[in-house]
This record gives sequence, C-alpha cells and structure tokens, in this order.
Amino acid sequence: MIELAQVSRSFGARPVVTDVSLRVATGAILTVVGTSGSGKTTLLRMINRLVEPSTGTIRVAGRDVRSVAPHVLRRGIGYAIQGHGLFPHRTVAENIGTVPHLLGWDRRRIAARVDELLGLFRLDPALYRDRLPGALSGGEQQRIGVARALAAEPPILLMDEPFGALDPIIRGRAQEDLLAIQRRYGTTIVLVTHDMDEALRLGDRIAVMDAGRLVQEASPAALIGAPATDFVRLLLGGRDRAFQLMALRVVDELVEPGAAPGEPIPVGTSVRAALAESLWSRRAALPVSRDGVILGRVTRAALEAEGAEP
Amino acid sequence: MSRIPRVLTILLLAGLGGFLTKPEAFAALFRPFAPGDTPPIYAQTPLLTLAVNHLLLVAAATLAASLLAVGFAVVATRPAGRDVLPFARAVANLGQTFPPVAVLALAVPVVGFGTVPTLIALVLYGLLPIFETALTSLSGLDPALREAARGLGLTGRQRLVQVELPLALPMIVSGIRVSAVIGLATATLGSTVAASTLGEVIVSGLLTGNTAYVLQGGLTVAALAIVVDAGFRVLQRKAARRAGFPS
Amino acid sequence: MTWIRPDPGGRPPGLIRSGVDPLGSVFAAFIALSVLALPLMTARPNRIAEGTSLMAWSALPSGHALALGGVLGLAAPLLALRVAPRLRVAAGAAALLLLCLTAGWAADHLTAPGDRYARVSPDAGWWLAFVSAGLALGDGLARLRPGPGVRIALLAAGALLTGLALGSGFWDQLSVLREYASRSDTFGREVRTHAGLALSSVAAATAIGIPAAILARPVPALRTALLAVLNVVQTIPSMALFGMLIAPLAWIGRTVPGAAGLGIAGIGAAPAFVALFAYALLPVAAATVAGLEAVPGPVRDAARGVGMTGRQCLFQVELPLARPAILTGVRIVLVQNIGLAVIAGLVGGGGLGVFVFQGISQNAGDLVLLGALPTVALAGAAAILLDAVIDASRLREQRP
Repeated sequence: MIELAQVSRSFGARPVVTDVSLRVATGAILTVVGTSGSGKTTLLRMINRLVEPSTGTIRVAGRDVRSVAPHVLRRGIGYAIQGHGLFPHRTVAENIGTVPHLLGWDRRRIAARVDELLGLFRLDPALYRDRLPGALSGGEQQRIGVARALAAEPPILLMDEPFGALDPIIRGRAQEDLLAIQRRYGTTIVLVTHDMDEALRLGDRIAVMDAGRLVQEASPAALIGAPATDFVRLLLGGRDRAFQLMALRVVDELVEPGAAPGEPIPVGTSVRAALAESLWSRRAALPVSRDGVILGRVTRAALEAEGAEP
Repeated sequence: MSRIPRVLTILLLAGLGGFLTKPEAFAALFRPFAPGDTPPIYAQTPLLTLAVNHLLLVAAATLAASLLAVGFAVVATRPAGRDVLPFARAVANLGQTFPPVAVLALAVPVVGFGTVPTLIALVLYGLLPIFETALTSLSGLDPALREAARGLGLTGRQRLVQVELPLALPMIVSGIRVSAVIGLATATLGSTVAASTLGEVIVSGLLTGNTAYVLQGGLTVAALAIVVDAGFRVLQRKAARRAGFPS
Repeated sequence: MTWIRPDPGGRPPGLIRSGVDPLGSVFAAFIALSVLALPLMTARPNRIAEGTSLMAWSALPSGHALALGGVLGLAAPLLALRVAPRLRVAAGAAALLLLCLTAGWAADHLTAPGDRYARVSPDAGWWLAFVSAGLALGDGLARLRPGPGVRIALLAAGALLTGLALGSGFWDQLSVLREYASRSDTFGREVRTHAGLALSSVAAATAIGIPAAILARPVPALRTALLAVLNVVQTIPSMALFGMLIAPLAWIGRTVPGAAGLGIAGIGAAPAFVALFAYALLPVAAATVAGLEAVPGPVRDAARGVGMTGRQCLFQVELPLARPAILTGVRIVLVQNIGLAVIAGLVGGGGLGVFVFQGISQNAGDLVLLGALPTVALAGAAAILLDAVIDASRLREQRP
C-alpha cells in the first residue's frame, strides 16, 4: 500500500533521513519510533509531500506520489498531528468537514458524516457540533483532530505524535478508540511516536529510527525478542523485556484441559496480567473462560515460559 | 519593524555629522531645489544649534515620559493597583487617539507659545508607547515565573527589581525607542508654536516655497531618527541578552 | 484587550461598599480642586483683548452655581468611595453633563445681550474638571466592560447629545462657536476634506499594503526590504514629507498629460493625500505580516496536510486568523491619519488644520480649538468604532 524506496532527505548539508526503505501493508498499522531529531516526523511528512524527498521514491497504492498534485494527494490521506492543529476560527463541525468540503461533498452528506464521526468518538453531536476548538478540553480537541483526519474516509492515515499532549488515562482511551476505528474502516495507519510502549501497543509493525536511518523494522514480538542494536535495546528499556513480551500476547493459545480453583480469567487476558493474577492470588493455575463458559486452565509455568527469549 | 544594516547607519551618522558642522559644503547638493538665487542652505540659525536644541527637547521629554510611564505601569501591575489596570489599559488605548498636532494645539491656549507646549505635547504623546509596552510586558509575565519567585521567598519589591523589571526591560526599551523616534518627528511641529527645533527650517521652506529648506530640515530629522533608532536597538539587544532571551 | 476582574471574593456585593477607591479619589479630588480653587471661565471684551479669569461663583448666576456645586458635591464622594461601576458611570456622566451645561450658562450669563464682541471661554478649572470627569466616566465604563454593541450605542448617544446641544444654539455664546459663526460657510467643507483625506488615504494604503505584505511575506529578503523602506518613510517628519511632495507633484501636474485633470498638482490635496498614504503603508503592511506570522505552526501545517492549496490556505485559514491583527493596524493608521491630516492645512491641502494654523498665526486660541476639538472627536470616534468592530470579530473565537 505504502512503499518507500531508498528515500533520503537533507536540509541544506544536514541529512535528516538517509536511505530508508519500507513497506506498509494495506490495513496495517506501522508505528515509527525514535528520539527527537531522529527524522521520524520528516519521514512521515514525505508520504503526503509536506516534505519532498531529496532522493528515492514513495509509492502510495502503487502510484508514485510525485505524479499527483500535492493538495489532491493530501485530500486522500488523513493527517493528524500533535497539538491537533484545529482551525481556531471554525466550529467543530466546520473543522471536521474541511476535507469533505474541499472535495465538494454536498451539505447534507457532510453534516451526516460529521455527526457519525462525533458519535464514533463518543461526543454528543448536538452538544459539540457548533462549539469552537478553544472551548474544548485537550482530550476533546485531540479527538476532533483525528475525526477531521478521518472525515473523507481516507484509506491511509498519517499521525504525528497524536496523543503526545494527553494525560495517561485519556491517552489510553484515545488509543483504544483508534484501534477500534482502524478495525472498522481497515485504514492503513503510519503513526510516529517517541513512546515505545505506545508503539508496541498500537503497531502491527514497528520501525525504529536513529539519526535519520531505519535501524530495525519488525513485529513487536520480534523487536522485543531480538533488538537489532543497542539503541533499540535502550528504547525498549532493557530489563523488563520479558514483561513487555508477555503484555503483547493473550492466554488463548496456552489453554490446556483441566480444572483450576477460583475466579476464571477471560480468554483475551494478556499473559502479563494473567501471571500477575496467578502470583497475587497464590494459584499455580487459573481457569480460563470465554463468554462465561470455562474452556480449561492455564498454568503459571506455561505463562512464565512466554517471557523467555524467543 | 526591521532594522537598517549597521554599515549604512554608520555612513549616515558620518554624513549627518559632516552636514551639521559644515552645511555650506553641501550647498551644491541643494542648489537645484532652491528657487531663483535664494541661498540653498538655511542660515538664519545654525543648523547645528537647531539640531542640538531638537535633540535636547526630545531627550528631556522622552526621559520624563519614560519615568512616568514605567512608574504608572509598575503601580498598575501591583496587587494593590488591580482596580487601576482596566482603566490604565483603556487610557493607553484611547490616549493614542489624541493626534500630536491636536495635543500641541490644545496646549497653546493653556500655556502659551514656545518650548513649554512642545515639551508637554512630547511628554504626553511619548507616554503611551512606553506605558503600553511596559504594561504588556509586566502583566504578560509567565505566571509560573511569578509563582516561582514567590515560592523562593522573594518579597514584592525583590520580585519587581530582580525578576519582573529585568525581564520586561527589552520590551520597555523598545517602547522608549518608538517614543523617541515619534518624538523626533513630532518636535518639528513645535516650531509652528515658536519652539526652536529643526522644524523651523521646514516651516521657513514651506512659507517661502523653498524646497531646499524643506529637504534639509526633513532629511536631517529623518537621519537623526534613524541613528537614534539604531542606538536604541543596540540597547534593546543588550537588555534582551541580559534577560536571557535568545537573540 | 483583556480585562482583569477585581477579586470577586474580596468584597460584598451591593451598590455602595465600605472603603475608599484610590483611583476614584484622585478624580474626585481633581474635580473638587479644579472647581473650587481654579478659575472656571475667562471673559474678554473682544477677540484679542486680555481676559479676566472668573471663579465658578462669579461666572454663574447663583442658582446655577448652586446646581453645579450640588451635582459635583454628590458625584465626587460617590467616585471616591468603593461603589458599583454602574453608580460610578452615573456619577461621571452627571458631572460631565453638568460641566457642559455650565459652559453654556456661564457664556449666557457673562455676555451682555446683543454684545457681539465679548468672548467667554472655559478656563483651566473647567478643562481640568472636564478631563477628570471624562476619565472617571471612562474608568467606570472600563470596569463595566461593555460589549461592542453597547460601546457603539454609547458613542452614538454622545454624538447625538452633542449634536442636539450644538443645533439648539445652547453654546452659541461660547467663544469657540463665535469663531465657528464667522466661518460656518467653510467649516463643513473643511471637515469633509479632512475626513475625506484621512479615509481615502487609509483605504488606498489598505488596498495596496495588504496585498503587498501577502506577496512579500514568503520571501524573507523582500519582506525585510519592504519593511525597512516603509520604516524609513515613517522617520521623515510629516511637515517635511508634505512639503517635499509639492515640487514633484507640481512637475507631474504640469508635464504628464491628464494628470492635472485628476487633481494632481503641487498645491491642494494631492501632496497631503500622497504623504498620508505613505505614512499609512507601513503600519498596514507590518500588521498584515505580523498577523500572518502569528498563525500557529500546527494550524498552517494542518491546513496544508488536509490538502488545501496555497490560495485556500490563505483565504480560508490564514487571513481569517490574521483579521483582528490587520484590523488593529488599520485602526491605528486611521486614527493616526485623522491627526496627521491637520498638517495638510500647512501646505494648502485644506482640512481642519486650516483653522489650527490660522489660529496659531493669529494668536487666537479659540480658532485653534475650532480645528483641534473636531479632530480629536473624529479620531476618538474612529478609535471607539473600530475597536468595537475588532472586538466583535474576535468574539467569535472566544465564544464559550
């Protein structure tokens, strides 16, 4: 869906992105992680031509992005940034309707789409439609920012630290919302973040950038299991790799026949949470249920084995 | 506002000094603008004398205006002066609507002709830019900074002297700069009410239809203003560096 | 403009509260002092004779003097105490109104019937009291924080009252209006010339300065050069700039075919218009540049990111956001040019400056006032009107 081939960009004599090649499959989420100044934002902005590559080619849906006028290209790609960039002089509805309006949708269709998106983000349309961004909380502004990016149902969504300014609880909910919406529309997402936990939680694939170069591109489990460089290890936080790995997996594949005492855990529980429960309640095995039906049990030994180096 | 390159300013200063001390040397330059065989250089009063009077008048007015305006702004931004603040803002806003010529014209019936009405007009008109910038910079200070200063145990006076004024200084200097430049131009109007300034040359040129005089007076004042502006910008940058602002 | 509300929890509600208001006491003291200790009016047997200064009790019939004393005696203590802003406004307005009435009464009282040479004008005490009462009223209004509509309505009411008083002939015995009476044929024309010069020069500067700033802004070198040149223009004293333009415009008027037909000539309104236009360009262009620069980076980035073309971004996002800043620039320039247009009187361009400079050369203070007072009134009205418009255009963004 999105392909970058040997893409480089320098500002003056300073190289910012050097020789990056990447592929993002349709409907997948790629998270790009790196410290500030690693070139991750520039990489993202080259996809919708806010920055032009110095060398290399970028293809979206098989077409070289340079063959499309920049503003036309951008109308087909959602774009959400930290600090949301909402237009302060336009109402919530006008902000969300920006791209549909540019695309020439009729008034009724835009209004319906705005209400649908507000509902999707758990904001009452009647209450929020006519407010101005200045009158919203940070979390609400951020949701409107993402809603605006999704307004014209773009197949691709680019996000630059979209949750950077939110407190941990609101951030967690925003991440859940994003995953739900991504599943609903099958949107391909490229998300830039400096937070490795966020990258692990959201990404199907993770690309790690350091000093303008792509140092590793892998699935979350592979990244934790085999960090390519010391820099990746540093970003992962080193010591509790076992727990990071456990947090990525759920218990369903570890279920074995048999009985165990106490309250059952749902089959979608992460290995990490299940292990914590097993330790806390001093049970060597826990019953596992799906929709209230006991499937079997999971043992502490099986859970522990998941934390070993792959 | 953007600044003039330093080399040009130094050249201008040199040219200005040369012209004021030896204006006759420039006679050929102004010859084409003088009608008939009238003298091309104004000679009734030496230009240097007029320029010095002009500068002294503006300097005195700017000094008085700075002290008054900063004092008012400090009072208006103290906790006890809170009630005064909305009024002070409104006055600063509305005061700018008083055209300098009108201030001058209104002062004459009350205090008579000469230097005094000019000085009054210059002080009144000079107050506003300084007051406005001082007020903005003192009241616009990051509240976290004020809180930190309070938390460290600084008294009100210490906060003002050690934190608020140094941080507001670059803005205040820029207000004084604007005030002085406006004052230099406004002081020319003083000669219509018989104050001794470079405006005398311009008025004489207007009355006798001698464009050479108008140019001499006008360009001298403009050059003075540019040089004074450049000087204040240097001070402003120094103050900004002292306050730790990135230059 | 932002207003800081006095501490809401600090005081009990009600119209009159305990304690003294520092600022209000200053106004009250000035009003009392100026009426009691300074001469209220000046009377002269003719236009150029030496005047006699009269205290309030000798300038007014005793009944009227009592009325003045009574109203000011009530208003001053109200201003000095901590009272509700509404009461403050009422006290200031009452004092102001009574001073205006006083001027008329005194002029009638001091002028013998049929005497067409006597001159009665306000003296230092009246002016000081008038300014203090005006400031007190302004302070009260500032504390009430009226919205844009209310401010325009107040302005209109003030203009209407002044117009009625002037029309009714109530002030006709005052010296300023005697000067007006002998110039009533030219006064209206000069006011129109004055306003026309100021408005047309600002309109031209807006029409040219805004597009120039928009075009120059993306190119740093061009922007710097534009602002530097306009900056130098600002340093040339107005009298000199007006004067310098006479010769070149006279030359254009003589040599360029058709130019004279457009009114381009060395004397008259052309040099005044060009000079006012030149002075107006910098503030308008600088305000436009500053307003566009102040558009937050993420907003600009988002506008491009959602696929707006450069033109769409400019017209739909950048200019609407820069509008209050640009309007503020226009307001500064309009007020400035209403004042500067006085100089046109010095170069034969007409306008209210004609009266000011005639008055100065004839040593006639009242004639100066005839030119200066309408100028100040015009500038003040323009400022209040445009401030209200700017506030109204900002309100939408601040609406909760």
